[in-house]
Amino acid sequence: MAAATVATTLAACGGGDSGGGGGGGDSAENEASDIGITEDSIKLGAHYPLTGVAAPGYSEIPTGVQAYFDFVNANGGVNGRQIEFVYRDDAYNPTNTSQVVNQLVLEDEVFAIMSGLGTPTHNAVTDFLNSEGVPDLFVSSGSRLWDDPEEKPYTFGWQPDYEIEGKIIGQYVAENFPDAKVGLFLQGDDFGEDGSAGARQFLEDQIVAEETYVPGNTDVRPQISALQAAGADFILGFNVPSYTALSQLTALQLGYDPQWFYSNVGSDPVLVGSLLARFSEGAISDASLLDGVLTTEYIPGVDNPDNEWTQLWQRVWEESGQEGELSNYRAYGMSQAYTMVQALQSAGQNPTRDDLVAAVEQAGSEWQGPGFAPFRYSEDKHAGYSGMLVSRLLGEGSEELTPVLVTDNGDAEITEAENEPASPPESGIPDEEPIN
Amino acid sequence: MSDLQTPASSPAAGAATSEAPSTATAASNASSAQAAGGRTFLPRNTLLRHLLVLVLCAVGAVILLESTDLGFNAQIGYVAFYAIAAGGLTLLTGLNGQISLGHGALMAVGAYTTALLLDVEEPLPLIVIFLAAVALTSVVGAIVGVAAARLHGPYLAGATLALAVGLPGLALYFRSFLGGEQGLTVSSPDRPDWFVEGIRTLSGNSASGVKWIAYIAVACLLITYFLLANLMRSRVGRTWRAVRDQEVAAELAGINLGTWRVLAFLVSAAAAGLAGAVLALVVRLTAPTAFTIVLSLSLLTAIVIGGLGSLLGALIGSALLVFLPRVLRDAGESLDMDAAQAAEISYVVYGVILVLVMLFAPAGLVGSIRLAWMKQRARRAGARTGG
Amino acid sequence: MQQFVNLTLGGVIIGAVYAAFALALVLIWRSTRIVNFAQGAMAALTTFIALSLIEGGQSYWVGLAVALVAGLVIGAVVERVVIRPVEGGPELNAVIVTLGLFIAIQALISVLFGVNQRAFVAPFSTIGFRAGDFTLALSPNTLFTLGAVLLVMVGLIALFRFTRVGLAMRASAFGQEVARLLGVRVGRMLTLGWALAAVVGSLAGMLIAAEVTFVAPTFMDSLIVFGFVAAVLGGLDSPIGAVVGGLLLGLALSYVRGYIDDTLVGLAALVILVVVLLVRPGGLFSTTQTRRA
Repeated sequence: MAAATVATTLAACGGGDSGGGGGGGDSAENEASDIGITEDSIKLGAHYPLTGVAAPGYSEIPTGVQAYFDFVNANGGVNGRQIEFVYRDDAYNPTNTSQVVNQLVLEDEVFAIMSGLGTPTHNAVTDFLNSEGVPDLFVSSGSRLWDDPEEKPYTFGWQPDYEIEGKIIGQYVAENFPDAKVGLFLQGDDFGEDGSAGARQFLEDQIVAEETYVPGNTDVRPQISALQAAGADFILGFNVPSYTALSQLTALQLGYDPQWFYSNVGSDPVLVGSLLARFSEGAISDASLLDGVLTTEYIPGVDNPDNEWTQLWQRVWEESGQEGELSNYRAYGMSQAYTMVQALQSAGQNPTRDDLVAAVEQAGSEWQGPGFAPFRYSEDKHAGYSGMLVSRLLGEGSEELTPVLVTDNGDAEITEAENEPASPPESGIPDEEPIN
Repeated sequence: MSDLQTPASSPAAGAATSEAPSTATAASNASSAQAAGGRTFLPRNTLLRHLLVLVLCAVGAVILLESTDLGFNAQIGYVAFYAIAAGGLTLLTGLNGQISLGHGALMAVGAYTTALLLDVEEPLPLIVIFLAAVALTSVVGAIVGVAAARLHGPYLAGATLALAVGLPGLALYFRSFLGGEQGLTVSSPDRPDWFVEGIRTLSGNSASGVKWIAYIAVACLLITYFLLANLMRSRVGRTWRAVRDQEVAAELAGINLGTWRVLAFLVSAAAAGLAGAVLALVVRLTAPTAFTIVLSLSLLTAIVIGGLGSLLGALIGSALLVFLPRVLRDAGESLDMDAAQAAEISYVVYGVILVLVMLFAPAGLVGSIRLAWMKQRARRAGARTGG
Repeated sequence: MQQFVNLTLGGVIIGAVYAAFALALVLIWRSTRIVNFAQGAMAALTTFIALSLIEGGQSYWVGLAVALVAGLVIGAVVERVVIRPVEGGPELNAVIVTLGLFIAIQALISVLFGVNQRAFVAPFSTIGFRAGDFTLALSPNTLFTLGAVLLVMVGLIALFRFTRVGLAMRASAFGQEVARLLGVRVGRMLTLGWALAAVVGSLAGMLIAAEVTFVAPTFMDSLIVFGFVAAVLGGLDSPIGAVVGGLLLGLALSYVRGYIDDTLVGLAALVILVVVLLVRPGGLFSTTQTRRA
C-alpha cells in the first residue's frame, strides 16, 4: 500500500518547501501514512458546546484553534501538509458527543481527536477512541480521568488538573493566610470536587464551610448567605467565570466582603471585568470589584498584553480575520493548537496514529511553549501542565505573587519550576525534531 | 392538553376501537390492521402476522446494517434507543391518553442500572442485566403511575416534568455511588465468537464493537416493537383505548380506570428502561447531562411528529431526531457557514420544521399518509355503491 | 439567624420571579387552554431586544416599553399564524408547535445576539438594605420586582373578574361555540389572550434578567421549568395560585439550596409538587376559584 502512494506523490511538493517542517535532513516523500492523513493534508476533529447552556465562552475555543491552524497553513503547514480542523457541536450532552465523535472517526475519518471539551462529554468517548486506536489529545478539561495510560493509552490531558491546582492554591493560602477562615465555593462536579480535594491537603483545619452550585442555577444568594453565616473571611472558588461575576455581585448585595481567590478557570479578568463593567455605571459604584482578587495562571492570556505569546496570539487572531476580539478562550485554543503542531512535528514526516501517541509520550515533556511549566507527559503519565503561579488581579491585568510552582498528583511535593519561561519562535511556529 | 383523556375532536363516539377515524386524532393512528382489513397477503391471525413482520424486519435490518458503513451502523444504535423509548411513550400517550414529560428520567433509571451492573469484575450476562434494568424501571414507572393516575392534562405534564428535572439530581447528590456530573463509564460488552464468525460468513465485514452494539440495539428494538404491537392489538390495548376515550362507559363496564392507567405507565416505563440500557451501551456513558428535559421533550416530539399511537410513527420520529439535525447542520456547513453558525441555524430550521409538520400534517407523518389513503379508499367505495 | 432571614428574603424574590413567569402561563391557559412552552424563549427574545437598546444608550424604561410592545406583537403574530391552525385540534399538537417555536426562537436569539453572556443592569440599586449590623437580601430593585409581580396579579384578577373583555376571553376558552352564539368574537379574544400573555411574559423576562444579572440566550431555561411547576402548583387557572405557587416554590428551593444541597433542588420541586397534587389534583387554587368566577 505504501508503495502505491509513493508512486502517486512524485509530483507533490517536497518536504523542503514546508516552512514549519522539522527534521530538515529527511528528504523522503510525504505519504498517506494512516487514516486521516494524505500527502498534503491532516484531518483533526473536535467537539465543543457551540449551542446551549455551556456555549457562552467555550464556543470561542475552536475559533482560536482554527485561527492558529490557519496561520500554520498559510506558512506551509506541518511537513507540507495543510491541517484540516473539523469541529462539531455537542451542546454539552454526552449522547450528542458520542454521536458526533462517531461521525468524526467513522465518517469524516479524522487522524486524531484534539481539544474535546468537557468532563462528562468527553468521558463518553474515551473508551470508543481508545478501542479504535484514535489519538485523543489535549482534552479541554482539568479532570484527572485523562491520565490513565493503562486503560486509555491514546488519551492525554493538557491543562493542569484541578487537583494539583487545588494543592498549589492550598499551600499558598496556608502559608500566607494562616488565620483565614476559608469557605469553599464549588461547581458541583469533578472540577469543584478535585479542586477541593487538593486544597484540603493543606487547608483542612482552616475550612469552615463548603457550598456547591449546579451550573445553570442562576441564584447563588443561598450559597453566599451560607458562607457568610459560617463566618468565612476567605472564599476559595472553583467556578466558571459567570459565577465569579455572579458571586461578586451577590456578595456586594449582601454586604459581604471576604478575600476572594478564584481558580484559573473562573478568574478570566477581561471577561469577568466586561460583565461587571456595566454595573459601575449603574447602581453599583465600585468600578474595580476584582481588584485584589487572587488567582492562578499557567498560560499567558489577554490580561498580559505585553507577554510575547499574547502578542503572537494577537497577530494570529488579526490575520485570521474572524469576527470578535481575542479572548482568553481563544488564547487557550491557540495554545492547544500550538501544542498540537509540536506533537505532529515530533511524530515525524509520515506518522501513524501510534507514532503521534509515542511522540507525545517521548518528546512532550521537553516541548517549550506558552505554558509556564513543563508538561508531565511520559509513558506512564498522560497528564498535562505540571504547575502554575499565583497572582493578584489589578485592573484588567495581574501581578505575580509566586514563582512558577510545579507538583504532581497525590502527596507529591510542590517545588519551584526549574525551567525559564520560553519565548515564542520568530516565525510563530514551533520547530520540533521528529522522535524517529 | 387538558383533554388528553377524552379527545374532544374524536367523533367516533361509542366505538372505542375507532373503526373510521375521520379526523386527525391519535385514534387514526392507533389501529392500523382493522382499518386496513382489506389486506389479504398477510395472515389473519394477529400473532402470526406480527411474527411474519418481525422476521421480515429482522432480515431487512441485517441487510441494512451489512450494506452500510460503520458510521451508519453507529447512527442506527441511536435511532434504536430513541425508538424503543418512543414506542413505550406512544403506547402511554397515544393509546391510553396520559402525557409524560418525564420519560427521560425513566431512561436514566435503566441506564444507571445497566452501568452499575456492568461495572463489576464478572458481569452477569447482558440479557440478565437488561432484564434487571427493565424490571427496576418498571417498578419506578409503576410508582410514578400511581401518582399519575390521579392527574390530568397539564397537571400530569407538570408532575412528570418535575420528575425529569429532579431525578437526575440524585446522581449528583450520591456522587460516590452514581458518579456525579462526570457520570459512569460503561465498558463495552465483549463480542461473542459466533457473532464475529457469523458476520464474516454473512457479509465479509469485520465485526467491530460498534457493529455488535448496533445489532444488540436493533434486536432490542425489534423485540420491543413485536411485544408492544401484540399488546396494542390485544384485549389489553382495547381496554386502554376505552379508558382513554370513554372513561364513564369503561367504568360502567367494570374497568378500574386507575389500575389500567398504572399498568400503561408500567409497560411504558419498561420500554424506557430498556431504551436506557441500550443508550448506556451505545453512548458508553451515563451522566446526568444526558438525561435532561431535552431528552424527554425529544421523545414526545418524535411520537407526535411520526404519528401519535403508531409504532411506525414512533420509529420514523426517532429517525428524524437522529438524522434531521445532522442533515441540516451539514447543509449549513456546505453553505460555507462555520460550525457554530451551522449548528445555530440548524436549530432554527429544525424548530420551524416541527411547527410546519404540525400545521400541514396534524396527524403526524404516518397518520396523515394513512388518512389520505383511507379517504381515497372511502371515495372509491362511495363511487362504487353510490348512484 | 441572618442566614435564615436572607434565605427567606432570597426565596421570596426568586419566588416572585417564578410567579411572574407563571402568571404569563396562566393567562395563556385561561384564554386558549394551551401550555406555551415557547413562553420563555419569547420572553428571552424581547429581553435581548431591550438589552441591545439599553446597551446602545437608551434608558431602562425605554427598553422595558419596547420589550412590552415587542411582546404584544410577537404574541399576537404567533397566535394568528401558528397557533390558530392547531387550536381545537389534538392537544399534543399545540404542545409540539410551542416546543418547535421554543427551539427555533432560542436558536434565533443566538444567531441575532450571539451566545455569550451579557450583563443586565437592574433599574434600581441591588445593594441590600441594612438592618443594624447586617445586610438584608432585600434591595430597592427587589421591591420593584415584587411590586411589579403583585401589580400584574391584581391586574389579571381585575381583568377576568370585572371586565367584559376578561369574561369574553374566558368564555372563548371554555366554550367556543357558546361564546360565538353569545356574540363574542372568539378569534379576537384568543389573539388578545396570547398578546397579553406575551406582554406579561416580556415583563417577567425583564424582571428575571435584572435578578439573575447575566443573560445568555438560554437564561430562561430553568425558569421555564420552575415557572411551569409554580403555575401547576397553584392551579393553572388562578393568578393568585400562580403567585402563591411561585413564592412557595421559591422559598422551598432557597432553603434547600442554603441548608441542604443545590443538586437536590429539582428533586425538592418534584416532591413538593407531587405532595400538593396528590392532595389537590388540580393545584392549590384550582376548581373552587374557577367555578365561582
